[in-house]
Amino acid sequence: MAGAHVDEHAEPDERPWLRFLAVAWPWLFLIVLLTFFESWARAVYGISFLLNGFNIQSIALFAAAPLLLGLGQTFVIISGGIDLSVGFVMGLAAVIMARVMQEAAGLPPGFALSLGIAAAFLVSLIPGLINGWLIAHLRVPAFIGTLGMYGVARGTGFLTAGGTTVPVNNSWLFEMGNGKLLGVPIPVIITIVAVIALHYVLSQTRFGQYTYAIGGNRMAAIRSGINVRRHTIMIYLIAAGCAGLAGMIYTARFSAGAAQAGEPMLLDSIAAVVIGGASLFGGSGTIIGTVIGALIIAVIQYGLVFVNVEPFWQFVAVGVVIIVSVLVDQSQSRLRGEALDVD
Amino acid sequence: MSTEQQGAAPATSILSVRGISKRFGGVQALQGVSFDLDAGEVLALAGDNGAGKSTLIKCISGVHQPDEGEVVYKGEPVSMANPREARRLGIETIYQDLALADNLDVGANVFLGREPARRFFGILPAIDRRQMRAAADDVLQTLEIEIPPSKLTRPVRTLSGGQRQAVAIGRAIYWQAEVLIMDEPTAALGVPEQRKVRELIERLKTKQVGVIFISHNLQDIFAVSDRILVLRRGRAVGERRIDETDHDEIVKLMVGADA
Repeated sequence: MAGAHVDEHAEPDERPWLRFLAVAWPWLFLIVLLTFFESWARAVYGISFLLNGFNIQSIALFAAAPLLLGLGQTFVIISGGIDLSVGFVMGLAAVIMARVMQEAAGLPPGFALSLGIAAAFLVSLIPGLINGWLIAHLRVPAFIGTLGMYGVARGTGFLTAGGTTVPVNNSWLFEMGNGKLLGVPIPVIITIVAVIALHYVLSQTRFGQYTYAIGGNRMAAIRSGINVRRHTIMIYLIAAGCAGLAGMIYTARFSAGAAQAGEPMLLDSIAAVVIGGASLFGGSGTIIGTVIGALIIAVIQYGLVFVNVEPFWQFVAVGVVIIVSVLVDQSQSRLRGEALDVD
Repeated sequence: MSTEQQGAAPATSILSVRGISKRFGGVQALQGVSFDLDAGEVLALAGDNGAGKSTLIKCISGVHQPDEGEVVYKGEPVSMANPREARRLGIETIYQDLALADNLDVGANVFLGREPARRFFGILPAIDRRQMRAAADDVLQTLEIEIPPSKLTRPVRTLSGGQRQAVAIGRAIYWQAEVLIMDEPTAALGVPEQRKVRELIERLKTKQVGVIFISHNLQDIFAVSDRILVLRRGRAVGERRIDETDHDEIVKLMVGADA
């Protein structure tokens, strides 16, 4: 009988230290990276890399936008999907916010800012809703559906912006992007709040549990009475909402909206999730992992600039880290004796 | 009404299926199928591919609604719009592919879709994992299923096929299933594990659960069931007590070579 013995044996008990390594390696890697740049800075320039408020702050700001995209992406990837549209949804939100605030320039700055935030947020949810609907109801593969939305959001963003960046002059907006609270830049605070909220949702609530269940076995989730369609739409709304937030922060930081604001961040967001331990086949991943992944990428990018290496090396470095993290993920499967060729 | 009533007193039947027919387009998948299931009894459904076994259990578990006939559960006619309603009544189905989320632990699977909640600081709702784990542990113990404690908190992917089957059965029992439908429960298991699942079914009988058991494997059928209902081309072509029949007769009924 074909396939009669697929499950005959229990998986051998995984070696605990390997299991530990698999979970802990992003942390270890981050520590190694920081040690590397610290030694380099001390050896070559005689200064500290880490004990430098400006560096810490710059890395945090560097990490903020890809991390925000990565937070939503974490839910999507755990559920077994992928969202390629988040980069241009971020750009679309940035442009919409800037355009609305341009139009509202005569109003009090706080009011204009509120209008801009509301508009950017609502508009960013539209692509999320369409993505979710395509994937949940019409069963369009996530890769294809969100690739389509990538184009739609990109085009709409540039059309709204008239092909250029959209400058805004608003003191409240400037404060939102460049102000500080207790010495911490406001964009970083916004990102930290989003991290805490989404970590709670993913790790503690039924919503989070169902996200894992859908990625682990969609049929099982359906048979357990979970409303998988509605849940899937919610997941893509979260991804789009995070992208919208990243877009608002972009506009606030630069006092201008740009349709291509999130373009380089799409792959970084996926990379952050994967480096953080999620499997692209769904079912695993954590918000904390994504935070570490985003920090690793930001430290590489900022660190290489800091030690004065040609900036293009950062692409090479981040690429290598992505490949290594996928190999680590696969070695776990290999330990379990699972076949690697997923058909 | 079917004249094939068995000697057992009908009052003890937990589930009675009366004259169920189901048609898909031009295909008559089921025609006038009737049977009774008593509490603590194992009824095997036998039949070739396409005989209507799956359609029949789907009509009982709320996946399909029969075109004709009725399902009587605990003496009351019931109609189930979906599997959730069937489950609420106490009719649980364990599918061939187990319907476990491999990436979640035993407790999470037992409670999937029905997680108990507690509250952080009295406001924020959160899943009560400790309660899930404890309850899962309890139900596994009452079924005498041995899963090492270290594995209880690991993804069920790390369990053996038989242990996974046990988790699926444990879930049904935890939610007080009174009728348990098992679709090919031993198909993907090795021989020692098949034996464990058979033992588990024996234990379900002592708990007065009525079991409907679908299998291609006559060995299994004869090992665990009390009665066999044979389907062929959507009709019930014979019902035999296990001690009054043998492999040959059942095979003949299945392929229709007895006429």
